[in-house]
Amino acid sequence: MTQAFAVRQLRFWLTNYRRTWQGSIYSGVLSPVLYLGAMGLGLGTLVNAHSKASLGGVSYLAFLAPGLMAATAMQTAMGESTYPVFGSVKWLKTYQAATATPLRPADLFHGHLLFTTLRLAMNSAVFLAVMAAFGAVRSAWVLTTVPAAILTGLAFAAPIEAYAVSCAKETSFAALFRFGIIPLFLFSGTFFPVSRLPAAVRPLAYLTPLWHGVALCRSLSLGTAQPWASALHVGYLIAVTAIGVYAGNQTYRRRLYA
Amino acid sequence: MIGCVSPPTGGELTILGLDPVSDGPAIRARLGVVPQEDTLDVELTVRENLLIYGRYFGLRRDVIAERTARLLEFVQLTDRAADQVEPLSGGMKRRLTIARSLISEPEILLLDEPTTGLDPQARHVVWDRLYRLKQQGVTLVLTTHYMDEAEQLCDRLVVMDAGKIAAEGSPRELIAAYSTPEVLELRFRLEQQEQAAEKLADVPVDRIEVLADRILLYTTSGEDALAAVQARGLEPATSLVRRSTLEDVFLRLTGRRLED
Repeated sequence: MTQAFAVRQLRFWLTNYRRTWQGSIYSGVLSPVLYLGAMGLGLGTLVNAHSKASLGGVSYLAFLAPGLMAATAMQTAMGESTYPVFGSVKWLKTYQAATATPLRPADLFHGHLLFTTLRLAMNSAVFLAVMAAFGAVRSAWVLTTVPAAILTGLAFAAPIEAYAVSCAKETSFAALFRFGIIPLFLFSGTFFPVSRLPAAVRPLAYLTPLWHGVALCRSLSLGTAQPWASALHVGYLIAVTAIGVYAGNQTYRRRLYA
Repeated sequence: MIGCVSPPTGGELTILGLDPVSDGPAIRARLGVVPQEDTLDVELTVRENLLIYGRYFGLRRDVIAERTARLLEFVQLTDRAADQVEPLSGGMKRRLTIARSLISEPEILLLDEPTTGLDPQARHVVWDRLYRLKQQGVTLVLTTHYMDEAEQLCDRLVVMDAGKIAAEGSPRELIAAYSTPEVLELRFRLEQQEQAAEKLADVPVDRIEVLADRILLYTTSGEDALAAVQARGLEPATSLVRRSTLEDVFLRLTGRRLED
C-alpha cells in the first residue's frame, strides 16, 4: 500500500520532469566534460609527470573520474532534495494539496526519494558514458560504479530532504552548500588521496559519506576493491541513508500534519 | 481533523463511519477538499493538474481523461485545458481547484472560504456550480465569512465564535430565532448621530443597534418604525427598510468587536 502511494508521487515528479529533462541532460553531460577536461587532462599532465606512483600507478584521469562520479552524485542529490522539496511545501504548496488525497506525508517523501534515485541513475550513467569517451574506463567492472554512485547520492538525498522540508527559509541551503557540500567536494578524496590531508583532520574525512562513496567508486573502477572495505563503505552509506529516511518520515509528518 | 491531517484534540470523531486516526487514507479517498489557498501546481497545465490529482487517488488514465473532460466543462475551463495554470485569473484558478477536488467523485466536499477574493461575477459562477453539486447529492461542508454565501448555499449552518458554537440551524430558523423580520437602517450626519440615538431610545422596536456609521432598528414592521422616528422630529440623512439577513444574526451572536 505504502509503496503504491509512493509510486503515485513518483509519477507526479516524472510529469513535472517532462518539461525540464532536456536541460538536465545537457548539464549532466557538460559538467563531467568540463571537470574531466580541465582537471583530468589539463591538470593531469602535471600530476602524471610528477608522481604517478603516489596515485597507485594510474593516470590522474583514471584516479579522478570515479571519485568525481561519486561527488557528482552528491551534487545531484543536493540539487534534487533542496529547492524542489522546499518549494513544494512553501511556494507551490503541492505537498499540502497532496495531503488532501489518500497519500500520507511519508508517501510524498518516499516518492521523491524514488524520483531522486532515478535522477541519480541517469546522471551517473551519463557520467560513465563521458568517462568512457575520455578513455578513463579500464574494465567492465566500472559498471558497478553506477549503483555505488546512486547509493552515495541517496546518503545525501535522504537526510537533506528530511531537513529541507522542515526549513523555514531557503537561505539555509546556501549555507549548507557553502559549508557542507563544497568542503566535502574538495576534501573527501575526490581530487587527491585523503592520506595527503594533515593527520589531525584525516579522521574527519573518513567520517564523511562522500569519502566512502569516492573510495567505493574508485576501487570498483580501478579493480582494486576489497570485499571487506567495500562492505564497510556500502554499510556506512546505507546506514546514513536509513537515518535520513527515518528522520524524513518524522519531519515530513510534522511539517504537513499540523 | 475531518481531512485527517490534524489529530482530534478531544472527544470522539468518526467520518463516514471511519476513525480518522487509523483510516486516514481510506477517508480521504472519499473526500474532496477545496483549501482556502489554491494549491494548484502553477507550472503544470490545467489538464495535468487534474491528471496528477486523479493519480493520487489511484484512478486509471482513461477514467481521469473522461472525468477531466466532464469537470472542465462543468467549471467552464474546457478551452484552457492545455494552458499553464500560472496566468489564469483568480476565479479560474478557484474553479480549477473545485474541479480538482471533484476528480475522485467525493461523497463529501470540504470548502474553506470558496469565494474569498473573487469578483462578483466569479463568485456567482462558483455559487452556481456548488449549488448544482448540492443538487447532485454531494454533501458540502463549507466555512465562510460571507453571510450571503452561507445564505445562498447552506441548508444547515453553525455560527462559530471564538471556537465555540454560538448557534445552529437553517438560515431561516436562525433569522427567526435571533433577529426580527425587518430592519430599519438609519444614517444620520455624523455630528447628529449620538443625539439621534438618545432620542430613538423609546421608539417601540425590539432592539436597537448603534453602529459607528448607522443605527439599526430591529422590528416586525420597518415602515411603522420609520413613522415613529419621523414623529419624533428626527430627519435621518438616509433610511432603508430591509429584511433581516444572516449578517444581523451574526452581529447579534458574535458582537461587533473586530475579529482577527
